[in-house]
Formats: sequence, structure tokens, C-alpha cells
Amino acid sequence: MKPKHQRLVLGLLALGAVAGAAGLALSALQDQAAFFYAPGDMAGKPLPLGKAVRLGGMVEAGSLVRQPDGISIAFVVTDGKARVPVAFRGVAPDLFKEGSGVVAEGKFNPDGSFTADNLLAKHDERYMPPQVAGKMHKTETLDK
Amino acid sequence: MIAEAGLAALWLAAAFALVQLMLAWGAAKQGENPNVGLMMTALRRTALVQGLLALLSFALLIALFVRSDMSVVLVATNSHSLKPLIYKVAGAWGNHEGSMLLWVTVLATAGAGVAAFERRLASATLAATLGAQAAIGLGFYAFLAFASNPFVRLDPPAPDGQGLNPLLQDPGLAFHPPTLYLGYVGLSVAFSFAVGALLTRDVGPAFAKAMRPWVLGAWIFLTIGITAGSYWAYYELGWGGWWFWDPVENASLMPWLAATALLHSVTVLATRDGLRAWTLMLALVAFAMSMLGTFLVRSGILVSVHAFAVDPTRGTFILALLGIYIGGALALFGARVGTITQGSTFQLVSREGALVLNNLLLSVILGVVFIGTLYPLAAQAAGVQLSIGAPFFNKALVPVALALMIATAAGPLLRWRRDNMNALAKRALVPTAAAGVAFALLFALTGGAHFVSVLGIALAIGLGVASVAPVARRNLRRTPLHVWGMVIAHLGVAVSIAGMAADSAFKTERLAAIQVGQNVTVGPFRVTLADVRPTVGPNWSALEARLQVRRGDGAMFELFPQQRFFSTPPTNTNEAAITTLLDGQLYTVLGQGDDKGRWQLRLWWKPFVTLIWLGGGLIALGGLIALIGRVRRERRVAEAESWA
Repeated sequence: MKPKHQRLVLGLLALGAVAGAAGLALSALQDQAAFFYAPGDMAGKPLPLGKAVRLGGMVEAGSLVRQPDGISIAFVVTDGKARVPVAFRGVAPDLFKEGSGVVAEGKFNPDGSFTADNLLAKHDERYMPPQVAGKMHKTETLDK
Repeated sequence: MIAEAGLAALWLAAAFALVQLMLAWGAAKQGENPNVGLMMTALRRTALVQGLLALLSFALLIALFVRSDMSVVLVATNSHSLKPLIYKVAGAWGNHEGSMLLWVTVLATAGAGVAAFERRLASATLAATLGAQAAIGLGFYAFLAFASNPFVRLDPPAPDGQGLNPLLQDPGLAFHPPTLYLGYVGLSVAFSFAVGALLTRDVGPAFAKAMRPWVLGAWIFLTIGITAGSYWAYYELGWGGWWFWDPVENASLMPWLAATALLHSVTVLATRDGLRAWTLMLALVAFAMSMLGTFLVRSGILVSVHAFAVDPTRGTFILALLGIYIGGALALFGARVGTITQGSTFQLVSREGALVLNNLLLSVILGVVFIGTLYPLAAQAAGVQLSIGAPFFNKALVPVALALMIATAAGPLLRWRRDNMNALAKRALVPTAAAGVAFALLFALTGGAHFVSVLGIALAIGLGVASVAPVARRNLRRTPLHVWGMVIAHLGVAVSIAGMAADSAFKTERLAAIQVGQNVTVGPFRVTLADVRPTVGPNWSALEARLQVRRGDGAMFELFPQQRFFSTPPTNTNEAAITTLLDGQLYTVLGQGDDKGRWQLRLWWKPFVTLIWLGGGLIALGGLIALIGRVRRERRVAEAESWA
């Protein structure tokens, strides 16, 4: 192969690789990106059923119920506009408590409730996941 | 006085960086000037002094932390007099300002290293390289002096410090940032070499041989940093996972991917004089990824355990530096790439061809990680809350990773310059057969479940067998060290991937709430909760469970998972208790107790999970052996030349 042709082939391969990366990323983005919802976002819209999503807001005061099996809990996530009941089975993070921000990862059920398979709470007074920080900020201003 | 001395050393170092830049300018321009030898000597010494001054400044910061000098803002906000000594030292870089000082210190020290040891490069290229290094340094000195001064005094002094985030109080994490920074900054040297070579248009095997040890060294540190970071997240965060696709993790993965590609292409350039422009491009991209990582983690654009600053001016400053250096380098590349002459050519089916394929696949992975990391930030800027997690990366990357494994297995089986498919097929017979048999066995064993994981394990076995092929029929004592390095590193990749696939396919989890005296089973283990009692450490108190574990009829052993409470700052952490056995790890976490006297226990049996980090260690070890081999060979060549 002549050097010119070789460069052409390599160039085409590189282009193909870039297109492949973009294609892979976009197709994965389309059906896998976990979208972030606040309870207020759900009003009047179809639920994203069957998709892994994140739900963020505050744990409503007085809503936390521990189930008899000792490892499941139920609580309500709210942003001041709407409330979503959440069920979770597992060890909740240490800083998960009523009146605090939380991000629940999981799926919506057809009845509008949410089943979480992971909870993110802020790490401590100073460090928290950005999603929690963002939503808490929003929620606090809504409350005022 | 120590703080003032530290600041003075920092300013002096910056001044020397400025002198270094001007000397480099002069030395690179006046190629035929009789004074150029003198200028080069002055340039080398300036770089040495700059490195020593930066080192002094950083040592003084550590001294402030060790003495718990609460009249310094940084110490008061990030340390505490009751902290164990090791975390006082680590506190020096466990915050924004200190970590940026560490960054610039490593940069200046690396520049001093180039000045002291580099004898192979043409003096114009060396001058341009040291000039580029000084220019990068100046930007970061300015950043420290104007936006992130670590030596600011506090008046009146605080009675005591606020402490260090307890999650960071772990030996693994204390040494994690310095390791990563050594990697990042090693890539800055490769970047400076590339800029130097672009300026002097002197791109060839000699340049590649000068650059290669720096790339290898940076890559070794990045590998160690990522492996250690993954293991830290695994045992410290108590969630049993070893990779989260957190933007902060991706920030260290992206430079590693670029450095891995660069390492392979620089070898083609050094030994076969091919891929000239591509290697330069990768050197620029690799450092761009280091800068991007620094920007993501240190600008406050992400908020995470690792990100300290939430100050928009700092973010803008780093972004401006990123724009100037990377934009400038890419513009230089664009302007000069046409004048880089063609190196030697090769057939597509050849060792070079496989390395090009490896580079392309690594670039695809880098591209996907880049998009996945930055897209949510871009979306946020556009007002859309969006988060991208593991499902995205798994879906997009698993097929590419499988293809990359095949390319990694095939590459060392191919000859340089030209080869043919039939010969390759013959050499690949044994590894392919091994992978096929492993796949058939595992597929039957799992009844077709976990298809991708099983395929991953089978390919890993094939890659493992193919990795040792280059030393299989050779005289082992005459095999050069760098070949051993490659074999061990590729074997490490196979081991690591086998561990990842085994963990995802075969782990079992058990969640239970039990009272003291009751027991629960997970995998082959029977775990009894014997006791829960309070205990104390140097700066924490804890609830500690005593778990008695028995595997089948084997001997009983005990595990002690804890819930820790730190008072400064007030934080709870979970200390998982982990037992490492030959075939995997038992991972136990203590959760909350309830009013019925039950305690939550989260248990995992993770077969062969340790292979993930063992593989990472092997990859780094392979790099180290290759580095030693290369340096020794260079020295032998230099000696032979001096005799001739």
C-alpha cells in the first residue's frame, strides 16, 4: 500500500471510530440516561415507567415508617409542590433523616409511587452530592 | 514566620520560572550562538532552583500542619490538633489550596528532573521543553498567588481546627492525591516535550525515547492511583461497589486512557519511527485530560468528597489556564502538523497496525467517558437536571472493551512492519481455544445467565494465555526486561477484567435485620451476630458488631464492622469489615438498630473480586519493569557510544 493510501485508510478508520463513539454514546444516552425528577415535575405528565431514574427532594417530616421486617422503610419525598411515596429495602445512608435532602435511585410504579434501590444522602455537613445540593436549594426557596 | 517563609519561597519559585522561560526563549532561538552552551547551563540550573524552591514551600506548608498552627486559615479549617500525625501531614494536601501547591511542586520538581537528567535531546528541543514547563508553572503560580494562597493568616488565631473530612482520614486516601498528581504532572512533561518538538520540528525516535520514560512513569502512578482509589471507595464507602462512574473518578480515568494510548504510540515512534503526528497529538490530549481532571475536581463545578472549593473565580481561573495551554498547544499543532515529515510506513496487518487499532479503541472509550462526564454539566448549564450513571457507561463501553481485549491479545502476536493473517491465526490458536473452552464450560455452568460477564471471563482467559505467548518459547534469561513488562501488564489487564466479570456475575448479597445470637447465611457462609458494643478510637467513637463466621464445617473466624461517629466535623461513617480468602471476599456492613433489638446487616460474598486490584497492581508492576528495562538499556547504549 502506498503511504498516501495508508494515511487515507487510517484517517477513515479514525473517523469511523469517532462516529462509533458518538453513536454509542448517543444511543446509550437516549435510553439509559437516568433523568432527574423532582416530585413537582410529575404533575400532569406520563410517568417514565420501566426506566431507571432519580428522584430528588426532601424527606417529609413525620413520613418515615420502618417496616416490621427491619430492613425496609417507607417515606415521602416532597419539593413543596407535590409528594411522592417511596419504598426502599436496604441500609439507608447514615445521614438519611427526616427533613433532609435525598436522592432516590429506582423506578416509578404505575400508581405514581417510587421503589428505590439506592439512596444518596449528603455525606456530612459540608459535603453533599450536587443533585441534593441543587434540589435542596430550590426546595428551601419554595418553602419561603 | 513559617507561613511567610513559605509564601516567599513560592514567589521566588515563580520568579525563577519567569527567568527560566526567558532563558529558554533565548537558548532555543540562538541555535548557532557561541553563548548557547552557557545559556543552556544557566537554564538547567534555573529549573533546578525553581524545583527546590517549590519543594521548600510545600515542606513549610506541611510543617504548619504538623505544628497545628491555628493562626493559618488553611490549617484552622482543615486540621485539628487531636488528629493522628499522618492525617496532619495528609491534611496539607487534603484541601483546595494545599493540593494546588502540591500540583505546582510536583510540576517544578519534574522540570528540575528533566533539567538534571535529560542528555539525549537536541539542546534547542530541551530548551523549548523547559520553556513550556516554565510557562505551565507560571500559570499555576499565578493561580496560587492570586486566587488560592495557602499561607493566609487568621487573626485572631482559632482555638482549634475544624478537622478533616473523616472520609478522607484513611491511609489509602491520604496518599491517593499525591499519586494521581505525580501521574498528571508526568504527563505535563510529555506535553512540554511535544510542544518543544513542535517548535523545533524535531520529531523522531530520539525525541520519543526521551519522552517515553516520563509517559511510563506518569502512567504507572495513574494506574496505582486509580487502583488504590477504587479499593478505597470499595472498603470505605461501605456500598460494596468498586467503580461508581463518578465524575471525579472519570477525571482520573480519562488521562489514564489517553496515557495508555500514548504509551503504545510512543513505542511505535521510538522503535519504528511511525505515528509521528498522532503521538504528538496524544501527548497534548493526555495533558489536556489532566488539566480537565484538575478543573473538574478543583473548580467547584462538581461537589463531591474530592472537590473542595466552591468558588466560581477559581473555576474560571483554571478554565482560563486550560483554554490558554490546551488551545495554544492545539493551535501550534494545527500550524505545524503539516511540516512534520512522514515517518516510516507499515502494513495494516502488523504490530503497528494492532497498536493503531488499540489507540483507536482507547480513543473511543475516552470519547464516551468524556461525553458521559461532561454532558450532564453542559445540560445543567442549559437548565436541564440530568444525571448519567453506570447504565450509560456499561451499555456504551462493554462492546468496545471486549474488542479492545481481542486487539490487546493479538498485538504482541504480530510482527513489526508486515505480517499475514494466516500466521496470526496459527499463533492465536492456543489462546482462542482456551477462551472457547472456558466460555463453553462457564456458559453450561451458569445455564446461560450473565452472558456478557461469562464472555468477559472467557476473553480474559484467552488474553491471559495470549499475554504470556511472547515469552513462551524464548530463552527466558535473554528476554529483555521491557518484554517482561509488557507481558506482566497485559496479564494484569486479563486478571483485572476476570475479577470485574466474576464480581458482576457471581456475587451474592444478603440483607437482614437480626438480634444478637441469631444468624444469617450468605453464599457458603453462616454469619452469627455475637455482640454489638460501643468502642472508641483517637478521634471517634463507634458501635462495633462482633460477627462469628463459619464456612461449611471450616474453622470459625470473627469480623468487626463498625458505625463510627466523628465530632469534628460531625459525621457518621461506616467501617465495613472484610475478610479476604483465596477465592474471594466476605464483605460485612453494620446498619442501624431498631426498637426490637434488631440490627441491620448487609453482607456480600464476592468471588474473585480481589483480582480487580491484583490486576491493577500487575499492570503497574509491568510498567515499572518496562521502565527499569528501558532506562538500563538507554544507559548501556550511552556507555557504548562514549566508548566508541
